[in-house]
Amino acid sequence: MIIETREVYKSFKSVHAVKGISLTIAEGQFVALLGPNGAGKTTLMEMIEGIQKPDKGEILIAGKQWKGNEDELHHIIGLSLQETYFVDKLTVEETLRLFASFYGEKKDRVSEVIQLVRLDEKKKSYVINLSGGQRQRLALGIALLNHPKILLLDEPTTGLDPNARREIWQILLELKKNSKTSLLLTTHYMEEAEQLCDYVIIMDKGNILKEGSVTQLLNNENSSKTIEFTLEDTCDFIALNEKTPEIYWDNKIQKGVVHLNEIENDMKTFLGILEKNNLHLKNLECRRKSLDDLFTSLTGRHLNE
Amino acid sequence: MNNIFKGRQLFQLINAHFRELMREPAVLFWGIVFPILMSLGLGAAFSNKQDIIRKVGIIKTTDSIATDTSSIINKFLLTYTTKDYHVNENTTYYSIIIKNKKLGNNTFLFEETNWKDAIIALKRGKLNVVMEEKNKAVSYFFDPINPDAQLTYIKLSKLFSATNNINSENTDNIKQLSLEGTRYIDFLIPGLIAMGIMMSSMWGISYTIIERRSKKFLRRMVSTPMKKSYFLISIVTVRFAMNFIEACLLFLFAFLAFGIHIQGSIPALILLFIAGNIAFAGIAIFISSNTSKTEVGNALINVVVMPMMVLSGIFFSYHNFPDWCIPIIQKFPLTIMADDIRSIFTEGAGFAETIKHSLILSFTGILFFIAGVKFFKWY
Repeated sequence: MIIETREVYKSFKSVHAVKGISLTIAEGQFVALLGPNGAGKTTLMEMIEGIQKPDKGEILIAGKQWKGNEDELHHIIGLSLQETYFVDKLTVEETLRLFASFYGEKKDRVSEVIQLVRLDEKKKSYVINLSGGQRQRLALGIALLNHPKILLLDEPTTGLDPNARREIWQILLELKKNSKTSLLLTTHYMEEAEQLCDYVIIMDKGNILKEGSVTQLLNNENSSKTIEFTLEDTCDFIALNEKTPEIYWDNKIQKGVVHLNEIENDMKTFLGILEKNNLHLKNLECRRKSLDDLFTSLTGRHLNE
Repeated sequence: MNNIFKGRQLFQLINAHFRELMREPAVLFWGIVFPILMSLGLGAAFSNKQDIIRKVGIIKTTDSIATDTSSIINKFLLTYTTKDYHVNENTTYYSIIIKNKKLGNNTFLFEETNWKDAIIALKRGKLNVVMEEKNKAVSYFFDPINPDAQLTYIKLSKLFSATNNINSENTDNIKQLSLEGTRYIDFLIPGLIAMGIMMSSMWGISYTIIERRSKKFLRRMVSTPMKKSYFLISIVTVRFAMNFIEACLLFLFAFLAFGIHIQGSIPALILLFIAGNIAFAGIAIFISSNTSKTEVGNALINVVVMPMMVLSGIFFSYHNFPDWCIPIIQKFPLTIMADDIRSIFTEGAGFAETIKHSLILSFTGILFFIAGVKFFKWY
């Protein structure tokens, strides 16, 4: 196990930020800590990064505790903090060269990283003139300088537009393909967790609510498919003759939802009901169940709330 | 190998910080141009003797000056002065310029007036002295406590008793002391150099540290194998280099513009300069060891800097302060530094006179540095 935490607790004054979290991350695994703001993700992350000390519990990185092994662990970890400003009037290249010197890496590694995070055109630009996405890619580049065994990214795409976000995902997916780096990232975008990670840990209020691979999490809950539909005709209600499948019609927005347990049979029944009522489908959309649905079913709240 | 690697860390840290500073034009202006402008302004204001104007009121007698030539005052005015009408003041003056290369020229402006107006003008400082003639005797009226009025009286009475060559004073017995080291600018420049070290160390070092902490850049840096002490050393080193450049430029300017020389030992001056840098770098690191708010930093820096700015005798000698506080003032690091730089510049002092103070300054800096590092908050 490359990262292991056992029953880790951390409180700040009256706030219990992390309440006994245990997790393990294997080499090469990409893991997401998913949860809304204030779930304790960053605190947990900072304890793993060695920035905070847990009140109780144990954290092992590559089998070692932080205490007494700081220098060694700093060499194998690459990280980006939730928000870091770099020096405004240094160029991208100079910033990377500065951090490279901390790891004993040379110029050629700096150029490699610039390629890797696609900042070639911007390498002579001052940090202050970078866009949000470029700045995050610089932060990611710094995290990658030392060929880290462990990459810890705290909300790497928060506040970025979809394009900038996708660019970061692509860099990370390439990394997944080409190296044995393990990744732990925090996010409140379920899409990010789905895209990048093999394993998702859903956190809320300092606890782990549920964990597993994305497919496990989405299929275990129940196997029903959700279909949203609209009709050509205006309709007050749909008379139901049978209990399956479950159909819900919302009068106000003129939109319905069907939950199908067994696609073939239930679909037939559903179409039969419409025919009986002389209703015609305008649109039919099969929506995959999402991690957000899962979070909502567990807590009654949305991830982005 | 390991040492080379560590050396590169330090080199890169210094290099990056130096570049950062050089890319801020404002840093260069306030650090270099501003002290030079200040020395130019203050030096010019206090170094050149300007023409001094002394105004004298003459109490009118019944007859006008032109007709009554028997009066001593009238005779003087008609013989030696020129009559001028000053439009702005709506007044007619009889003026005479007494030339004096060594002490500066004096211009006397005589004005006819009556007692009522003369008293008001005296109160307002518009007249220095009032003269009245009765029965061929001249009386002078002025406030004896006012040294300026007294001087005007002395010069005036000399004028009236003089018989020939009235337009220039005999100054053969005055030997000028405005040689090296006694002018105001000689007092000012060493003080400005000392103040420059204090100001740019305190603001430069503290601000850099606090800003890096508040923007989480410190946190990011110490999440790498960077040697923490190198970060502090790099900031202090760059600041030292900047201070050295600033001081050299200020001195060069003072040398060219005012002909200032260093009369004492230059090695002793360099040691003192290094010691002063250590002292203020240490204090700056101590001050900025814990806070991540620039507002708090501001206040802390001011608490340290302001009293020394005012009391340490940078612009004017602190010997005019009450006796009881002088021994306290003399213990301020800025006072120590300014006094010793001054004594090297103007009194020809060397190691013997300054070594003790250099050591005290260094130790002060090191103590604050150690205490600062102990409390230093990296996260």
